Amino acid sequence: MCLAIPAKVLKVQGDVAKVDFGQGVARDVNVMLVEARVGEYVLVHAGYAIQVIDREAAEETLRLWEEILKYE
Amino acid sequence: MDVIAGPGCPVCILPAAEIDEAISLALNEVTVVTFGDVIRVPGSESSLQEAKASGGDVRIVYGVGDAVRMAEKEPDKDFVFFAIGFETTAPSTAIEILNKPPQNLSFLVSHRLIPPAMELLLGVGNLHIDGFIAPGHVSTIIGMKPYEIFPNAYRMPTVIAGFEPLDVLFAISMLLQQLKDGEARLENEYKRSVTWEGNVKAQRLMEQVFSVVDGCWRGLGKLPLSALALKEEFLEYDARKKYDLQIERPRDLMPGCLCHLVMIGKIKPPECPLYMKACTPQTPKGACMVSIEGTCRIWAKHKL
Repeated sequence: MCLAIPAKVLKVQGDVAKVDFGQGVARDVNVMLVEARVGEYVLVHAGYAIQVIDREAAEETLRLWEEILKYE
Repeated sequence: MDVIAGPGCPVCILPAAEIDEAISLALNEVTVVTFGDVIRVPGSESSLQEAKASGGDVRIVYGVGDAVRMAEKEPDKDFVFFAIGFETTAPSTAIEILNKPPQNLSFLVSHRLIPPAMELLLGVGNLHIDGFIAPGHVSTIIGMKPYEIFPNAYRMPTVIAGFEPLDVLFAISMLLQQLKDGEARLENEYKRSVTWEGNVKAQRLMEQVFSVVDGCWRGLGKLPLSALALKEEFLEYDARKKYDLQIERPRDLMPGCLCHLVMIGKIKPPECPLYMKACTPQTPKGACMVSIEGTCRIWAKHKL
């Protein structure tokens, strides 16, 4: 229920966007809660995008994780 | 170190009375539409799944939008969307209500709020919490501000975390650092999704549609200002009003079931006398064993 999954925005038409959850299949989600632009990633919960993922913050987190994992 | 699951499983915390309401609708010619996780959760006597087996029309959807489309497609049927979930889910309900759904669709609103439940935990004796890992997707909506009270008023280190394994490990390490520093701070591990102010548009839509009211949590009684109810101007969509639902003497817990204590982290599942005896994933007795997000179910799955 608390699941929210990132998806890439392929096309925006009003309150609905076609997104790809990484399976190469385009699905419709409601984007009324966010400013979704093509090429960005949105976090989708129960068919509604609840946030645009901050790319810089995501990359920074990945960098941090990689750094820590290097020590293992 | 002990990492304990809090009352964050939205179907586990639903009081039996609200499941009973959905069951009584399903058994009275109303099509009840809801999330898959809900239908096996026990009410006082039975579940929505049993109502379906007795001929009730109970349908599972991915989100509230599907319920709207169903109601539009079948205008001769009466539909009720059983709207459960925390702040992550409530905005989607708000959107569809503001979009003026079809006349044959109403809503059984059972949304709950997370910060009041966290505050409840701080009042429970002998819990010995040293820090909170706050939920990333609720926080995506509400932002960081509602958690300020925990470090400021309760001196409780609080870190908002994402849901990847490394997110959780990082949050734990940030909490340990705070304990080492002897400080209580509010920190955000889930920066790629959570901002200080959260999703303001979602908050505004929720405020437009819902009032914050007292709400019952399974086995825990009434928590002040922990639930959402439709505002007066949207009462035409309120299933409780439309069908005049009255539930008598609900029963939250089967005899022996300690789900309520598991949910607040007071006991571990094996300390419940029913765990893996009368109550197993195949024959669940309590809500925490039914839901895939329930603490007992998770313990059983990983054979802890």
